[in-house]
Amino acid sequence: MDVLVCLKRVPIAGGTFLLTPDSRDIETKYLGFGISPHEENAVEAGVQLVEQMGGSLTLLTLGPSQAEEQLRAQLAIGASRGILLETDGQDWDPQATAAALVDAINAEETKFDLILFGAESADSAGYQIHIRVAHALGRPIVTNVKGMKIADGVAHCERAVGTVRELYECPLPAIITVRDGLNIPRYPSVPGRIQARKKPIEMKKPEPHVPRLEKLLLTVAPSNTSGAQVLGNGVEAVPALVEVLRTIGALG
Amino acid sequence: MILVLLDHDRGELDQLSLRALTAARKLSDDVQAVVIGEHGESLAVVAGEYGASILHVASHEGLADYTPTASGRALSQLVTELKPVAVLAAGSPRGNEQLAHLAAFLDLPMAAECSSITLSTSPGAPHSVTRARWGASLLEDAYVHSELLIATVLTFSVEPAPIAGATAATVKTFLPNLEASDLLVRVLGRGGEATTTRVTLADAKVIVSGGRGVGGPEGFAILEELADLLGGTIGCSRVVTSSGWRPHAEQVGQTGTKVAPDLYIAAGISGAMQHIAGCKNSKTIVVINTDPEAPILAYADYAIIGDLHKVIPALSAAIREAKV
Ligand SMILES: Cc1cc2nc3c(=O)[nH]c(=O)nc-3n(C[C@H](O)[C@H](O)[C@H](O)COP(=O)(O)OP(=O)(O)OC[C@H]3O[C@@H](n4cnc5c(N)ncnc54)[C@H](O)[C@@H]3O)c2cc1C
Ligand SMILES: Nc1ncnc2c1ncn2[C@@H]1O[C@H](COP(=O)(O)O)[C@@H](O)[C@H]1O
Repeated sequence: MDVLVCLKRVPIAGGTFLLTPDSRDIETKYLGFGISPHEENAVEAGVQLVEQMGGSLTLLTLGPSQAEEQLRAQLAIGASRGILLETDGQDWDPQATAAALVDAINAEETKFDLILFGAESADSAGYQIHIRVAHALGRPIVTNVKGMKIADGVAHCERAVGTVRELYECPLPAIITVRDGLNIPRYPSVPGRIQARKKPIEMKKPEPHVPRLEKLLLTVAPSNTSGAQVLGNGVEAVPALVEVLRTIGALG
Repeated sequence: MILVLLDHDRGELDQLSLRALTAARKLSDDVQAVVIGEHGESLAVVAGEYGASILHVASHEGLADYTPTASGRALSQLVTELKPVAVLAAGSPRGNEQLAHLAAFLDLPMAAECSSITLSTSPGAPHSVTRARWGASLLEDAYVHSELLIATVLTFSVEPAPIAGATAATVKTFLPNLEASDLLVRVLGRGGEATTTRVTLADAKVIVSGGRGVGGPEGFAILEELADLLGGTIGCSRVVTSSGWRPHAEQVGQTGTKVAPDLYIAAGISGAMQHIAGCKNSKTIVVINTDPEAPILAYADYAIIGDLHKVIPALSAAIREAKV
């Protein structure tokens, strides 16, 4: 079984976001980078499938040259190779990103049986790149999957809608987008990390497009409160908290 | 005209769709709704109540149950016929998914999870939207370069508002042309409800949520006791689920569940943006944390600085006393 996982390098912020002076981007000088938990789950699912069924796992990303870090980190988990579609670091809009991913997928000799995506990207969360890729490749797609079994060329998928689980079946080759909680991604082993340094990453330069969803400015969403009123320290503050709970009607 | 997709499950309306209808009414007096799948016509009354004059009902045997690609196809045909200026849906997994299929069929841009929309005022000029990034921790102003605006509405950005004395929408049936490939993916069945005596996260009025500070799976016993006393349920941070301490269904945050209870008690949770994204719409947030500098304090209403392993049992005891 040949599996491809698409992932995106994103900055990982802590308690707040700082913006660049022109407010067009997040200030990343002091931040580390990673990928979405959804995409970590996708890589873990791919590694498990190849462990069980044989085949190959390839990673594909469109981003700045530094996205090599994210590819190497995931290669250390078990993927065999990476493809990096290098941009100048600007955000590409969903249609342009999907078109570049589709070109790269079509250029591959391997006809992937399964292409995995995150349900939505961590930063821009457009909820669409995978669906556009599915349409362009003429493949069926199941989104938001939190349970997946593959047998006899069919993917049996489950997704949660409130307390109910929807069940889907989808013939391969297919595209599946997964959610955090599908599995618990493993940590890379030391040998895994060492091997990852030597695994092949193919670099390509896709042609940029004019964005049709054009990002202009970012703002930090305002907090609903002006900060917590500290009721006190330790158990001594419990009576004050009980009073608060009574006032807001939480004690029934 | 603005066309709004009403999402439903076998005739039961997804209430978030009413927010999309309300958002549409703020943009235009001419709002129509569309519903796809069996039992859709039963939504004519509520569609009218929230401002739609016409309810278009897609009729096709392939559309009996939820099938997102076919929905997108049916929508694309209706849109080509009616030529609305915008198609809106709820910013829910299904709303986002169906409109993404629509956008892919028409090869047009789509703006997901918009908190505000300003329609283009002159031909050729873009539409303007403000949309959520990072679980709505950041807002993005963007242009949508397309005559037809395809957008979903950020859940908590608009309150559903009915119109007093409105009449039911007029039902108009349309017959989409579907291809076999549109119907490859559809709901084949449904799994049972999760077995728990507690309410679900999305419905809970009170959530007692634990993070790394709880220390391990056993530590949640005192949180469960408190949750039961308050008639609430358990939530947690991602550190907790990725350590396997609690099931993922309990994770609150950007990649977990977004909640809006009356009371959210965050114990041993630092307050990363990705966690805040899931709980910031709570009415009251109470923090129990050993660290007076924890970022979560900036988003909370009340805090006790202290060890949750001492504070929570004392709190439960005091609540028991206060209740008798
Ligand atoms: C794209 C993306 C999506 C994510 N989605 C989510 C998500 O959906 N939900 C989510 O939660 N996270 C999510 N995360 C992870 C998030 O960034 C944080 O890593 C996570 O929320 C931290 O969990 P925590 O607060 O439990 O742990 P920590 O950050 O380690 O905080 C532990 C806190 O416990 C306090 N503490 C320790 N001991 C005690 C004690 N005895 N009593 C009281 N307090 C104590 C400490 O002071 C500290 O504040 C996401 C990350 C990314 C990159
Ligand atoms: N730049 C990118 N390179 C590769 N895959 C991407 C990129 N951006 C998004 N994706 C994939 O598409 C999914 C959905 O992204 P989005 O449509 O932005 O929500 C993500 O979870 C990734 O799996």
